[in-house]
Amino acid sequence: MDTNIPLLSLLIWTPILGGIWVLYAGDRQENTVKYLSLSVAFITFLLSLLLYAQFDTTTHTMQFVEKTAWIESFNINYHLGVDGIGLPLILLTTFTTVLVILAGWEVIETRVSQYMAAFLILTGFMNGVFVALDAMLFYFFWEAMLIPMFLIIGIWGGPNRVYATVKFFLYTFLGSVFMLVALLYLYSQAGSFNILDLHMLPLPLDVQKLIFVAFFLAFAVKIPMWPVHTWLPDAHVEAPTGGSVILAAIMLKMGGYGFIRFSLPIAPDASAALDGFMIVLSLIAIVYIGFVALAQQDMKKLIAYSSISHMGFVTLGFFVAFSIYANTGSAEGAIMGIEGAMMQMISHGFISGALFICVGVLYDRMHSRQINDYGGVVNTMPHFAAFMMLFAMANSGLPGTSGFVGEFLVILSSYQANFWIAFLAALTLILGAAYTLWMYKRVMFGDVANEKVAELKDINSRETLILSLLAFVVLLFGLWPAPVFEIMHPTIEHLFEHIIQPKLGIL
Amino acid sequence: MFENMENIYLAIVIAPLLGSVIAGLFGRVIGRAGAHWVTIIGVGVSSILSMVAFKYIVFDGGEEFNQTIYTWLSIGNLDINVGFLVDRLSVTMMVVVTFVSWMIHIYTIGYMHDDPGYQRFFSYISLFTFAMLMLVMSNNFMQLFFGWEGVGLVSYLLIGFWYKKDTAIFANLKAFLVNRVGDFGFLLGIAGVLLYFGSLDYVDVFSRTAAVEGQTIQILSGHDWSVMTVICICLFIGAMGKSAQVPLHVWLPDSMEGPTPISALIHAATMVTAGIFMVSRMSPLFELSETALSFILVIGAITALFMGLLGLVQNDIKRVIAYSTLSQLGYMTVALGASAYAAAMFHLVTHAFFKALLFLAAGSVIIGMHHEQDMRKMGGLYKYMPITWFTSLVGSLALIGFPGTSGFYSKDAIIEALHHSHLPGSGFAYFAVVAGVFITALYSFRLFFMTFHGKERMDKHTWDHLHESPKVVTVPLTILAIPSVILGAFMIGPVLFQGYFGDAIVVSGAHDVLTEIGKSYHGVWGFTLHAFKAAPVYLALAGVLTAWLLYIKFPHVPAIFADKLGFLHKLLLEKYYLDKFNQAFFAGGTRKIGQMFWNIGDVRIIDGFFVNGTALTVRWFSGIIRTLQSGYLYDYAFAMIIGLLLLLAVFVHHLF
Repeated sequence: MDTNIPLLSLLIWTPILGGIWVLYAGDRQENTVKYLSLSVAFITFLLSLLLYAQFDTTTHTMQFVEKTAWIESFNINYHLGVDGIGLPLILLTTFTTVLVILAGWEVIETRVSQYMAAFLILTGFMNGVFVALDAMLFYFFWEAMLIPMFLIIGIWGGPNRVYATVKFFLYTFLGSVFMLVALLYLYSQAGSFNILDLHMLPLPLDVQKLIFVAFFLAFAVKIPMWPVHTWLPDAHVEAPTGGSVILAAIMLKMGGYGFIRFSLPIAPDASAALDGFMIVLSLIAIVYIGFVALAQQDMKKLIAYSSISHMGFVTLGFFVAFSIYANTGSAEGAIMGIEGAMMQMISHGFISGALFICVGVLYDRMHSRQINDYGGVVNTMPHFAAFMMLFAMANSGLPGTSGFVGEFLVILSSYQANFWIAFLAALTLILGAAYTLWMYKRVMFGDVANEKVAELKDINSRETLILSLLAFVVLLFGLWPAPVFEIMHPTIEHLFEHIIQPKLGIL
Repeated sequence: MFENMENIYLAIVIAPLLGSVIAGLFGRVIGRAGAHWVTIIGVGVSSILSMVAFKYIVFDGGEEFNQTIYTWLSIGNLDINVGFLVDRLSVTMMVVVTFVSWMIHIYTIGYMHDDPGYQRFFSYISLFTFAMLMLVMSNNFMQLFFGWEGVGLVSYLLIGFWYKKDTAIFANLKAFLVNRVGDFGFLLGIAGVLLYFGSLDYVDVFSRTAAVEGQTIQILSGHDWSVMTVICICLFIGAMGKSAQVPLHVWLPDSMEGPTPISALIHAATMVTAGIFMVSRMSPLFELSETALSFILVIGAITALFMGLLGLVQNDIKRVIAYSTLSQLGYMTVALGASAYAAAMFHLVTHAFFKALLFLAAGSVIIGMHHEQDMRKMGGLYKYMPITWFTSLVGSLALIGFPGTSGFYSKDAIIEALHHSHLPGSGFAYFAVVAGVFITALYSFRLFFMTFHGKERMDKHTWDHLHESPKVVTVPLTILAIPSVILGAFMIGPVLFQGYFGDAIVVSGAHDVLTEIGKSYHGVWGFTLHAFKAAPVYLALAGVLTAWLLYIKFPHVPAIFADKLGFLHKLLLEKYYLDKFNQAFFAGGTRKIGQMFWNIGDVRIIDGFFVNGTALTVRWFSGIIRTLQSGYLYDYAFAMIIGLLLLLAVFVHHLF
């Protein structure tokens, strides 16, 4: 679709330039800075809505394409475009940013402008990741994203933040290096960094496997998959509330996005050959991590582990597609699994974001994340308890909330690959409810546990607004997920047709 | 007015939802009276419209309704919809659910009068009504699952309604998790349906049974299992959770921690019967698997018999009724297993009325006793609470199947159906339900006598204040007492033998026990008189007599029994040690595994060995490497010379 406004560039640069402006405004006029940041975030969100309004849901081709030469000698271009995979993630990003700005409103007392600016700039980079069509541009945004996040945890984080940031940085950076090598190799073969060209590049199976492994290292760390997940709980525990929200809601999705944008279409035959490996890791994430979550005493760690477990459904949905197709001979079940995985990413963004905000609300008042320090919060914070009940149920995958949709579809589709895969995946019904509701019980229910709980004040109007917005989307997409599927279906269908075509070649 | 039934059906579902949302979100604004009015009107509208729909479909022979309301999501050719299927089966459930719910809304005004969570309570029970309606009116598996888990959610919220009570918040978590175990199976069943039938819409699925019937699935390699059996057993596992069948029954007695009105509405009359309804709805599938039917028979029989026995030793008035509910659910399940779906539904309906009645009467007693639930502290209440006494008597007679009451017809139909069934397991089931009759009568009248007759054992203060409950309590009791008596006689003929359910229930010729019985059915009177020639009636009377002897005439005897049969008594008191086993094995085991995975897997191996181990290795290695960079010129010169010599050696070696 042609349009006169370069919407995608605006989505990237509005928050980045806005962030720089905020940075220069400094801390002297704190309120101005906050309202300025909120306006920038809100405008970005409106831009993404405009994008959605003009998005053509009948085609899989890239839309709103922009292309300008960047580094001509290496054929690197400033090349942007959006399809049914990128759009929902952009909407999720811009929506979450508004909430994060609101969530930091009164809570952040030091270096407010830098805090706000870090998030705005981060948003620009994240949007960049989702729309970059040039692999180098993608890599640029991908790595750039780490810097604001590193600062957010390192400056506004908890007492053990240095260990957490170093771990976070090294883990993800290590993975990315392999991705860079793979991208450079692909460039040497294709003579182009255009991601769509790379999709069409024929490669022998051995090479595909190496490429797949290199990508895997980058994306598995990000999403994260077992056993490269241990940076996430530490990062979450030390991060400020806003950092945790972005980390859980958007940054984890980068891994999923990487798998579906790079691994599957660039190395489809390797993906098919290694799908058993991916399925096993996904199931370990769902079951093993579910058990680990049960043992947590720290609320943030518990939700972090719950995130890993939920992300298991994303990778499961992506990689179970091959055996479904082999079993049933029809694409329908496989596509259902991939779209379920996508839906799981979107929904998890809302739900985990909401849960981290809930923990933040409690932390701001009690300065503790330990479950044992709480008990009977419902007595003093009934409104908050109602919201958190909704999000806890959504996290347990209750039908009617968005958390149900993705899990439901992935379980239904994985049954078509193998009964036992569905069996293990469906264990989340029990485990997810157990760790989430057990935590809820210990924190919220019961008689008032101590004086600190007795003095708690219920959520104020700002917090109510944030939680209401999240509650609205969680229920909306639980009761009516159709729009999300309408956006992504043509793209996913095309993707699936592409990945089941062997593209083996000789070098 | 029937041109557009869709609007009526929509209103039936939406009215309670609206009431719930208003009472829930604006409870403080509209106040206590506002909250009960808005929800009572909502459910009332729903109930009256359900009756209108009932008249339209059952009496006027109106069209069944099967339509999509909106598309939930679509993926290529697969549409998953939200839609309604209103036929004779669902419309019957709709009337029962909304009517009982309505009565309980009214009753709640009295029961929850002083509770600070008044508005919240009304909001929850209306929400429950909505979820239950979504469940019974669904025309597809996704929405069925939505309603299924929705009622589970409200049940969870209501069991934990008094969230300060430790027992209540333990019970609600337990209820939710045990139900989730059932839902786990249920979801796998649904996944199987989608794979083999290619659709989630009931009508599509039922029309494709022929193609699926002969297919097999290998779950354990080398063993071919019938697809139908696997799907049906998975679906039935869901029913076992919701309808509290052994061994997933453990949550139901604990659910009595919730307020009494919801024990009546959710944990007796409606939600727990969802499993029975679901299996009846799926009769076209279950009919194709005798293995699954036998499985259902055995599970139901075990529940009917062994849960009834537990009712004999309970002293909490609500828990006795809870075990009675378990046992009666066992009866319904057994009927399903015998392919007598209509009989199961019949018992479901009569049970909904008389069990709601019994619970509400117990609630009335509890109000009178100032929230004392221990029957050992009651006695002689008939003098002070005549309406409660009389309605309890009616309810108890219906429960034990006294000839002429509703319970008599539905229960006798089940016993007869088993008598005619030839499926494996039917012999055991027949024994269980016949023995169950005696046990039912014994525990029911034990409760009745201990509460309303005999010595007045309450303390002075309570005794001084004993009085009949207010009108909002006694009127629903009276209204519920009427169907408890008369409904059975009206329903038996049409429901069991004249094809009341039409096409909604499918029974294959080979197991059609009801038609078999129908051959010798000659009207209600004949059926009633015939009963006097069979054992069950006398067993029931013997049960009542035994209860009278043990608890009125010779009240010191039960203690002697308990003493002499110490082991048995202990076994029953400990509920066959199932709770303790679950607590230690499943709950404890899961927590232990979690701890182990966390401490050993994540902390020690991944983080301790690999991640931090790598970091330490790098540090150690760099420590060694660092010593090479000493900064002294002669060290570097020396290294260069060594290098040069090595290179030379290599070249020389290669040249020659």
